[in-house]
Amino acid sequence: MKYPLRLGLFLVGAIGLAILYGLAIARMPGEHESLYGRLINQLSQPQQHIRDAVTAVNFDYRGFDTLGEEFILFISVTGAIVLLRETYEKKKEEQMDAITPGRAVSQTDAVRTWTLALTGPTVVFGVYIVIHGQLTPGGGFQGGVVLATAPLLIYLGESFEVFKRVTSTPLIEITEAIGAGGYAIIGIIGWLAGSWFLQNVFPLGDQNNPSVFTGGTVPAINLATGIEVTAGFTLLLSAFLQQTLADRGDS
Amino acid sequence: MSFDVNTILQLSVLALVAVAGTLVVLTRDPFSQTIGLSFFGLMLALMFFILQAPDVALSQIVVGAVALPLMVLLALARIRRQEFRREQKKGQEEKS
Repeated sequence: MKYPLRLGLFLVGAIGLAILYGLAIARMPGEHESLYGRLINQLSQPQQHIRDAVTAVNFDYRGFDTLGEEFILFISVTGAIVLLRETYEKKKEEQMDAITPGRAVSQTDAVRTWTLALTGPTVVFGVYIVIHGQLTPGGGFQGGVVLATAPLLIYLGESFEVFKRVTSTPLIEITEAIGAGGYAIIGIIGWLAGSWFLQNVFPLGDQNNPSVFTGGTVPAINLATGIEVTAGFTLLLSAFLQQTLADRGDS
Repeated sequence: MSFDVNTILQLSVLALVAVAGTLVVLTRDPFSQTIGLSFFGLMLALMFFILQAPDVALSQIVVGAVALPLMVLLALARIRRQEFRREQKKGQEEKS
């Protein structure tokens, strides 16, 4: 693109931003509560025994939308893996005479110690976020992406080989399928129980003493989503790392 | 229109997001741009948090500040290696 054209495009964007920014200042959220928001705030606790209204919307009231969202992630990961795998196989053939450029810098003790020391707490924190979805902000998606950074820390502190050892691809692929399928199966249980798809048919638990089990199907769906997101992101990172590092001569 | 602490906080974080986004666009070198992108992701997470959407902020921190820049960086590293290899091959051909 030529410079004047780029500048023009930028100016259009900048003017648009200025207008929207002005509108945002004039109408900041907070004073304008929507009816839907107020309804959810009032209903989510007595109806579903869920403290976090956002989770109640995501995994119960609009659970079907989230099912679609989860499968968008599933399909994107699958697509990326299929694309990357093809180039990887092709590359293997022409790799023989290739030259290996610069090696990766080996980690210092400080990096190793900190990343490996943080791996455990990251896993615990991720699981905490997943299972407390109905009580505090968080849930399957958020906890899942946190969990997926744990193998990444192992890669940073150790090596790609160790990363591959903890994230065996076939196992992760199966895990991802279980997570994605689990959501749909929990939905079907609603049908089997004589109700609607994704209807909250599990026992809701004690409303006044909420725990990780209150909320009926919501904790179960959160767990399935958490598994799916963790496995999906790990698979994606693993494929990208493989592409970049596998034939570099180091690991 | 009232300007309490919350409003000022919201306005400043919105401005920060705008500035960070512009800086990412204006950076020419892809590698520095990726670091800027990571910072932009962090600012977005802060914005979600201040606008009372902690659920979104949690996923934004990991995806925007870690996962996305990492994937861009890995893709860049791969491209650079391919270029390096092509140049080496060219050099060899010129020699022979």
